[in-house]
Amino acid sequence: MLLIHCPYCAEERPETEFAHAGEAHIERSTEMNALTDEGFSKFFFYRDNTKGTTFERWRHIHGCGRYFNAARDTVSDKFLTTYKAGEPKPDLSKLVDDQTNAGAKS
Amino acid sequence: MDNSVKLRRSLPLAEKAFGASGVSVTSMGAGYRCSLRVGADDVAALSQALGVDLPQTPKTSARSASRIAMWLGPDEWSIYDSKNNPIDDLKNVDVACAGVDVSHRNTAIEVSGSLAAGVINAGCPQDLSLEVFPVGACSRTILGKVEIVLCRTKADIFHVECWRSFSPYVFEFLSTAAKEQSALAAR
Amino acid sequence: MNAPVLIQPNRIAGKGRLSVADPMRFTFDGKTLPALKGDTVASALIANDIHLVGRSFKYHRPRGIVSAGPEEPNALLGIQRDVARHTPNIRATVQEVYDGLEATSQNRWPSLKYDIGEINDVVSPLLSAGFYYKTFMWPRKAWDKVYEPFIRNAAGLGKAPVHKDPDRYSSQHEHCDVLILGGGVAGLSAALAAAKNGARVIICDEQPTFGGALHFDTDIVIDGMDGFSWAQQAMAKLAAMDNVRVLTRTTAFGYYAQNYVGLIERVSEHLSAPSADLPRERLWEVRAKKVIIATGSIERHMVFANNDRPGILLASSARTYLNHYGVAVGKNVGVYTANDSAYAAAFDLKEAGINIPAIVDIREHPNAELVAKAKALGIRVLTGHGVMAAGGKLRVSSMSVAPVNGGAREVIPIDSIIMSGGWTPSVHMFSQSRGKVAYDAAKSRFVPGVYAQDCVSVGSCNGTDDLSAIIDEAIKAGEEAATYVRPNTSQVSISIEANGGNAWEGTLIGAAPGAEAGKVVKAFVDFQNDVTAKDIRLAVQEGFQSIEHVKRFTTNGMATDQGKLSNMHGLAIAAEALGKELPEVGLTTFRAPYTPITFGALVSHSKGALFEPTRKTPMHESEVAIGAVFEDVGNWKRAWYYPKGGEDMHAAVNRECKTTRTNVGMFDASTLGKIEVVGPDAAEFLNLIYTNPFLKLGVGKLRYGIMCREDGFIYDDGVVARIAEDRFHVTTTTGGAPRVLNMMEDYLQTEFPHMKVWLTSTSEQWAVIAVQGPKSRDIIAPFVDGIDLSAEALPHMSMAEGTICGVPTRLMRMSFTGEMGFEINVPADYGRAVWDTLYEAVEAADGCAYGTESMHVLRAEKGYIIVGQDTDGTVTPHDAGLDWAVGKKKTDFVGIRGLKRPDLVASGRRQLVGLKSIDGRSVLEEGAQIVEDPNQPVPMKMIGWVSSSYWSENAQKPIAMALIEDGFNLMGKKLYVPMANEVIEVEVCKAVFVDEEGGRLHG
Repeated sequence: MLLIHCPYCAEERPETEFAHAGEAHIERSTEMNALTDEGFSKFFFYRDNTKGTTFERWRHIHGCGRYFNAARDTVSDKFLTTYKAGEPKPDLSKLVDDQTNAGAKS
Repeated sequence: MDNSVKLRRSLPLAEKAFGASGVSVTSMGAGYRCSLRVGADDVAALSQALGVDLPQTPKTSARSASRIAMWLGPDEWSIYDSKNNPIDDLKNVDVACAGVDVSHRNTAIEVSGSLAAGVINAGCPQDLSLEVFPVGACSRTILGKVEIVLCRTKADIFHVECWRSFSPYVFEFLSTAAKEQSALAAR
Repeated sequence: MNAPVLIQPNRIAGKGRLSVADPMRFTFDGKTLPALKGDTVASALIANDIHLVGRSFKYHRPRGIVSAGPEEPNALLGIQRDVARHTPNIRATVQEVYDGLEATSQNRWPSLKYDIGEINDVVSPLLSAGFYYKTFMWPRKAWDKVYEPFIRNAAGLGKAPVHKDPDRYSSQHEHCDVLILGGGVAGLSAALAAAKNGARVIICDEQPTFGGALHFDTDIVIDGMDGFSWAQQAMAKLAAMDNVRVLTRTTAFGYYAQNYVGLIERVSEHLSAPSADLPRERLWEVRAKKVIIATGSIERHMVFANNDRPGILLASSARTYLNHYGVAVGKNVGVYTANDSAYAAAFDLKEAGINIPAIVDIREHPNAELVAKAKALGIRVLTGHGVMAAGGKLRVSSMSVAPVNGGAREVIPIDSIIMSGGWTPSVHMFSQSRGKVAYDAAKSRFVPGVYAQDCVSVGSCNGTDDLSAIIDEAIKAGEEAATYVRPNTSQVSISIEANGGNAWEGTLIGAAPGAEAGKVVKAFVDFQNDVTAKDIRLAVQEGFQSIEHVKRFTTNGMATDQGKLSNMHGLAIAAEALGKELPEVGLTTFRAPYTPITFGALVSHSKGALFEPTRKTPMHESEVAIGAVFEDVGNWKRAWYYPKGGEDMHAAVNRECKTTRTNVGMFDASTLGKIEVVGPDAAEFLNLIYTNPFLKLGVGKLRYGIMCREDGFIYDDGVVARIAEDRFHVTTTTGGAPRVLNMMEDYLQTEFPHMKVWLTSTSEQWAVIAVQGPKSRDIIAPFVDGIDLSAEALPHMSMAEGTICGVPTRLMRMSFTGEMGFEINVPADYGRAVWDTLYEAVEAADGCAYGTESMHVLRAEKGYIIVGQDTDGTVTPHDAGLDWAVGKKKTDFVGIRGLKRPDLVASGRRQLVGLKSIDGRSVLEEGAQIVEDPNQPVPMKMIGWVSSSYWSENAQKPIAMALIEDGFNLMGKKLYVPMANEVIEVEVCKAVFVDEEGGRLHG
């Protein structure tokens, strides 16, 4: 069971309080009707399924109820960071550096 | 036909109680509850209307007379009042908010005694040490296979809220754990 | 106990820590034996001079006790408390004796001494490595009749219990700053240091008493007292501290992500009459900020011919039996070693009066001091020698000794051999934490290398051998862990003085002399799975290169002991055969659990009444009282039908349907999902979520709404009521309630966060009583106040707030039956009282209560869909005949673009239509496939399937709904439903079977 830092509760909580909610930063168009078939496919069907750092959504469904975003390494299963919905994607290179430094310390 | 007399509330757990050395699990009486949702700008107005300062720090609660306001999310509070229905105090509020009467949706169980935290930890994965979950702390979380709202009202008293149809499960879970932990503590 | 104390031939007076004042009795294969309180079954058996305790898995060779701890591969027994409490494969070295314990040996028939399966040992050439894969392949025909029954009969160890497990199992989430795994010198030192520095500490050890190696190593003095006493004092000191939890009989079995460690505490396995409230075991799910691994090391056996004979044990285990349990493993004990530790064991035994005929050391030049001490004690030391074979069968009787470099054999009579091939650091937990081990070539061992989690290894599991170094390392780890977790606490230093510990030198991994390649002997690497050195070489010879493949082909390390003794030997032999260096071959993966744990502990509370929540509506007990039969709908119990006077389901449903259409019926609809949508943007939000238009829905009006996913397929449906300008009461399907709320929250929080609207689940706030039928208004009218129920004031699809029976209600004029009807929402705690009052009136009017089955029939008569029954996640509103519910003028809603996808607007899609059985009596099977031509060759082209099908008492015929390709254009067409025994002819029709014009709704 993972510990996940909820950016709204400002603390780490057990994974069972959360629900995974798919890839992050996929925006629904404000002009859905104007999307081409290809555009719609990309929006709805296609996902990166990254090996390595992935940006994904979680919901603290049995906690504060908020959706938020996380950067997680799918190989090590480690969270690099979590951040509130609507906030921009964090700088990945900086995150990986932080993680390396943190690893070296312990 | 005289329909003026209000029917009595039949609570899902009636008067259920379980006691063992070091811990009691007791269903609480019919209280009033309001699910309150409001944006940050209007919190002050609602605090005033409700007569209790809506806490803005995660995992905290505030009390005033018979009323307790529990922070559940950044724009969500659960207001519990054993005597007066908080929804009545929202009638004349003039801000965009959502107050929904959920008095009957939930039911409450009190777990008390020196073993209380341990009994809840039989099914709740949060750290319930006084250091991390002090008196007044509250949180929506998990107990076994269901969702609960947990509030620590005293060092050794917890108020456990759940939806009414889950309450027999929650009561059974807590009383089973209480029985076992009481026996374990007596070793 | 007043019975005379029976003689225990190997119990040595004055040795060990058990008290003769606490005698106990237990049985082994039916024979009553004496023991002392604190004995394990193994120590008590040895005290009674019993070494033969079981038969091996494959060859059925006689086997004895090898170790004194959890690494035991051989001494697996069935332990029985009563008929329901029989546990197979319990390690005799771990199970404590309680008075009255019953133990039985396993894998033997008819008896332990005369076992028919022993034939396997004689025919063992047929049973070499991989024999399962080779032997049973041919002839094919023999598989069912010969091989499979044979394998099934021979497979498995021990007998599984047949009764339901009556025991309790408990579980506990626990958090701490520092979790310490292991209560030996290292673990205790670390715990004292961490605890003194204010950390919340948990320390656990699998044994009943703390001390680890101090159980046997009596040469150690710590803080001026003998090591074992120091350990007890340290444990008592820790147990008295508020910030420390001390767990004995508790094994750390699994190390998962982010320092999540599973511990299993054996609570009542050692008690003769445990309280019924006491769980048998408790699962601790610990989350630690720092983990200190102090799991020690495990002594290895020597791989030589017939090294599995009963009476052959690990040297330090023999020392444990002597120094802790006061039991000598024999009277005449031979020693075979590559490591110094066996000397200490030999000395202790010798000093206890046991004859030690020889120490056979494969090393040419072992530690001179030890050799000198042996000689001073009168023990013969044969350096540069090996044991070529052990003699004896049911008990070892001799050892055949020869120089390692060749030479004459000497047969030395003995009744036990103690052995040591050196020590393997217990890196299991470290490795489970995903740490990478490093190879210490000088000492032929793997030690912790690169850490993956916040943990640290201390003591001999870390490859630290010197006692003072172990203590220093552990104290440092404890202090650092505490400071790491609580950086602001001022540091307290502790010091522990120790001396007398020996860093034992010498190691042998792989086959000993005499069992090397080319020798046809049975030199066991893995005792429990009967894997010999030869088997491992054979696997390599047959082409297996990876150690993981060698493991699976030979089954080395796959038994319940998970290779605690065998892994290093197996690896060394494989490496030699492969001509590679050992680290190149690599270790097999360590996986949880470290030692076997019960399913009961993992299941814990989730059984019986707590297997899952059983949800009941507020009216449940009243429904029980009037004879309802319930069905499970998710976790809900819903009234299915209400049989009267011996009716079967069919008769009851026919009556309920008929009564509701002609008179009045009432139905418990409380399980429907309900969401209160509140805020100035509530209408705007619903307009985006539903396909229907919602902006103009008037206050007090209802609208049936359909919700799609973005791909355009129906996700849920329900009725939406506008309570006020800014407040809606939304209903969902029973099963859809949580996911609909989740989807709405998702859009609200992440796509439309600018909207001022909030969602609250009110599913359980309201009890819902549907009263349906021509007389429904008459029934409820007398109880309703403050609402005009007339058709003009409260027409179909409208609602009002008032009271019923004096309690507040949201009264909705709506219908899922096609009749005039009302859905009465009252606060849930009043539900039962209102139901009882209304039911009395309904009954007086010859109406009835109806259940979910009748609800299904009544709505199917009207062609109303049930999402999830008549839709399957690929059905659009148009496919379901609900095009009218999609707002044509809307510029956006969830699914608007998906609905325009080429495949969704193509012709030939499956569409929901009605089906009539042409014979007028055949009720179709739900799920049955539909074809155009029943005479086509199989596989036939299926053009659709039946989604709903019932007998309609009201229409006096079978009715069905089906999803059929291009169904809307097939009205009147004859199609076929091929069944196993017949082909049913059907005709496509509109999916309305009663009151096609819908006039009845508006009464």
